[in-house]
Amino acid sequence: MRIALTSSGNTSGSPLDERFGRAATFAVYDTDSKQFEFHSNTKGVETSGGAGIQAAEAVSRLGASKLVTGHIGPKAFRALAAAGVEVYTCAGGFTVAEALEELLAGRLQRAGSADVEGHWV
Amino acid sequence: MALAAERSVVLADCDVEEPDCRIFIKGEVRSSELVNLPVPVVEEALCTACGECSRFCRYHAIVSLGAAAMVFPELCHGCGGCMMVCPSGAVTETVRRIGTMDTLTNGCVTLLEGRLDVGVAMAAPLVRAVKKSIPAGSLAILDAPPGTSCSMVATVVGADAAVLVTEPTPFGLHDLALAVETTRILGIPFGIAVNRAGPGDALVDEFCAREGIPVLARIPDDRRVAEAYSRGEPVVEALPEYAGLFRSVLENALALSPGKAR
Repeated sequence: MRIALTSSGNTSGSPLDERFGRAATFAVYDTDSKQFEFHSNTKGVETSGGAGIQAAEAVSRLGASKLVTGHIGPKAFRALAAAGVEVYTCAGGFTVAEALEELLAGRLQRAGSADVEGHWV
Repeated sequence: MALAAERSVVLADCDVEEPDCRIFIKGEVRSSELVNLPVPVVEEALCTACGECSRFCRYHAIVSLGAAAMVFPELCHGCGGCMMVCPSGAVTETVRRIGTMDTLTNGCVTLLEGRLDVGVAMAAPLVRAVKKSIPAGSLAILDAPPGTSCSMVATVVGADAAVLVTEPTPFGLHDLALAVETTRILGIPFGIAVNRAGPGDALVDEFCAREGIPVLARIPDDRRVAEAYSRGEPVVEALPEYAGLFRSVLENALALSPGKAR
């Protein structure tokens, strides 16, 4: 299984990026190989709008079936649901590795809906 | 300016997020129409989730995930590109209401008022709809949104001349410099009208001299103008002595584009 986490940097020690659509980087952890890979989200950071939707597509293309992030908006949530990606929200202050630990230990709540308002509309 | 023109003019209120010309141009509503935007619908049975539509759409209004493409109409600018690139004919069109356009007449002035629906963030397509309704060959004054955003560009693009209205303050000058840069890129001849002229004019004058921009008019910082405005009375009616000044803004603007003057 592949797990995506929003990261503010390119190591597992980087703080979890609480933003989804405009997160700096997507960290992807493979539970079989127990390895992290890091994918820059430049497209999402620079887009004028629809960043959450773009990020949902990126995460889905990276083959993730679970996502850990700080907050999730309504359009991103809808897109992730269509892609079959489960969303888990994590409080701030965790590194990517710690947030992964929280998830694997079953301490993160699965989001049933968006937890923040969308931008623009 | 429209009321001082002494000739037939079309006044198009393109500041569709906060149209205000109607406060001053009172008249009978001749027509009222809805403005719609074409937005895609996906026939799920035909969609192969190939992702062509999603790759095409720069606004992320259509995204290909899972079994079928998914549409976010509130992000769609209505270009129709997704429909054209879909190889399986799964994308068709429906409409989404974004606002209204009313036509009013008051003497020589025909007012076209675009009004964006509350909660809709899609001003430029409504501006384009208003501009499309301007009868060919008429003298049209377009009230542009402030700033240099998409809706300002959508209003100004294609104009024969532009009047940039500024106030002689450091804040006003900052925004003026951005508007000057934008209007130059659009290749439209322009001049400047200084509103609330008085102390501080040197700021604007130095800028205009340095940039070689003509000052078309100075509207004095007159408390009576503000009082009339706050009562919803056109300045040129409450204070007829201003009619010549406002007419000169129009005449000077027309002189910027002599080939096109009507």
